[in-house]
Amino acid sequence: MERAIEIEQLFVSYLGNQVVKDITFSVNKGSLVGIIGPNGAGKSTLMKAALNLISKDKGNVKIFGEPLKRWKTNIAYVPQRSDIDWDFPITVIDVVLLGTYPKLGLFKRPSKNDRAWAFDCLKTVGMEQFSNRQIGELSGGQQQRVFLARALAQKAELFFLDEPFVGIDVASEETIINILRDLKREGKTILVVHHDLSKAESYFDHLLLLNKHMIHFGASEEVLQPEVITRAYANQFSFLQPKGVNVT
Amino acid sequence: MNFIDFIEALFQYQFLQKALFTSIMVGIICGIVGCFIILRGMALMGDAISHAVLPGVAISYMLGISFFFGAVITGVLTAIGIGYVSQNSRIKHDMAIGIMFTSMFAVGIIIITFMKSSADLYHILFGNVLAVRMSDMWMTLGIGVLVIALVVLFYKELLVSTFDPTMAQSYGLPNKWIHYALMVVLTMVTVASLQTVGIVLVVAMLITPAATAYLLTNRLSVMIYLSALIGTIASVFGLYFSFTYNLASGATIVLVSAFMFALAFFFSPSQGLMWKAMKARKNRVELMR
Repeated sequence: MERAIEIEQLFVSYLGNQVVKDITFSVNKGSLVGIIGPNGAGKSTLMKAALNLISKDKGNVKIFGEPLKRWKTNIAYVPQRSDIDWDFPITVIDVVLLGTYPKLGLFKRPSKNDRAWAFDCLKTVGMEQFSNRQIGELSGGQQQRVFLARALAQKAELFFLDEPFVGIDVASEETIINILRDLKREGKTILVVHHDLSKAESYFDHLLLLNKHMIHFGASEEVLQPEVITRAYANQFSFLQPKGVNVT
Repeated sequence: MNFIDFIEALFQYQFLQKALFTSIMVGIICGIVGCFIILRGMALMGDAISHAVLPGVAISYMLGISFFFGAVITGVLTAIGIGYVSQNSRIKHDMAIGIMFTSMFAVGIIIITFMKSSADLYHILFGNVLAVRMSDMWMTLGIGVLVIALVVLFYKELLVSTFDPTMAQSYGLPNKWIHYALMVVLTMVTVASLQTVGIVLVVAMLITPAATAYLLTNRLSVMIYLSALIGTIASVFGLYFSFTYNLASGATIVLVSAFMFALAFFFSPSQGLMWKAMKARKNRVELMR
């Protein structure tokens, strides 16, 4: 199996504190991987550092055996909803059209074909009737679908999604996970930061469990064992100790 | 004197033609650049940079070189200084802006005090559009053409890096350089606006027309055209009031654009306060039935 992503000894610190320590794992092409862990575990930080969006203290990232730089335009990134200014004067279709920019290069404007392609991607996520709305007029789930359409428009090989299922409706969640599964079937590699353990096993084939350190990386059913999960979440249950319950 | 007399005067006096041409150019470029400034949340930064060019302008004046060079140097130094202070300490961005630009402005005032006349200071601070020289006009035109060309060429990159800087960075756009390039453009716009509105009020021309356009449309491209148009209208009518009632041109231009902002604020079809209130009332009345 071809290795799509290889991350070796990744360390990141924020304001002098180490928030991600010694993460090493590799993802095969065509995997749908969830990055899970408690709040503040460094899930988003890990994803951003892997994409070189924030500086890291140490670590090596390879995409298909090559430096990240050579694959930049082939990686679609969907940011957390809180990172976007929803009042920005931009329509839904123009947001999707942004996805065609990375491969256009300097000075080139999107062509009619690019526009038609963006509209197709909007159809895939079932949002074509909203194409001329301002992006902030949509609900959270609809916005997330539009951003997934933008990622599709990029015709990328790898997809990185940061908390795509936070605060969205059930129908949107289902649409999104189905599209991600389709992408996997097409041989794309997908990494998703996720916090809801209950659906982790049905959504992802592999899981990376972390709490600053890497706890475990492996097939979903292997990671979702009580003794493995407890290692990541143990200190969340410290409030039970006075009651005589010891979770370790 | 009414508007017809103003137009007659325009044909008669060359100084007025130059003034009008320069004001319109300034209205257009401030309108365009202002859109990116407000959408990037840099309104305060625009204020800071426009004030911080003062020492550079003063030194250029003393050395007898174009304002342009001094202004760009001090403007960019201030932008770097603000970034450096806020990134390397607990000092927040707005605090750093407050500290840096007032210091630069103070340095500028002291340098100007050593110059011959205080009239110069007054004109730099508040503009004197009726005294525009041919060289100023060409410089404004040059800066205008450059700014428009840059925005047209890099529209795509400006749009992505403003709307979603993380995406821009992920596919390799140099956000940091775009930021500093915008700072350089900002100082150039300030220099171009010196004669028309003066250092103190440049920020109004950057923010008010763009903010007015922001209330009127949901498309960045439309917003840019509208903002340039609003800037132009403000310049023309501002110049008219300035010429007719012998008022400072900067003040009249800024007030005309503020008036247009007020109109948009209350009556904008999508965002206007008045329509929102009417709609809410209609809903309430219907529920009462």
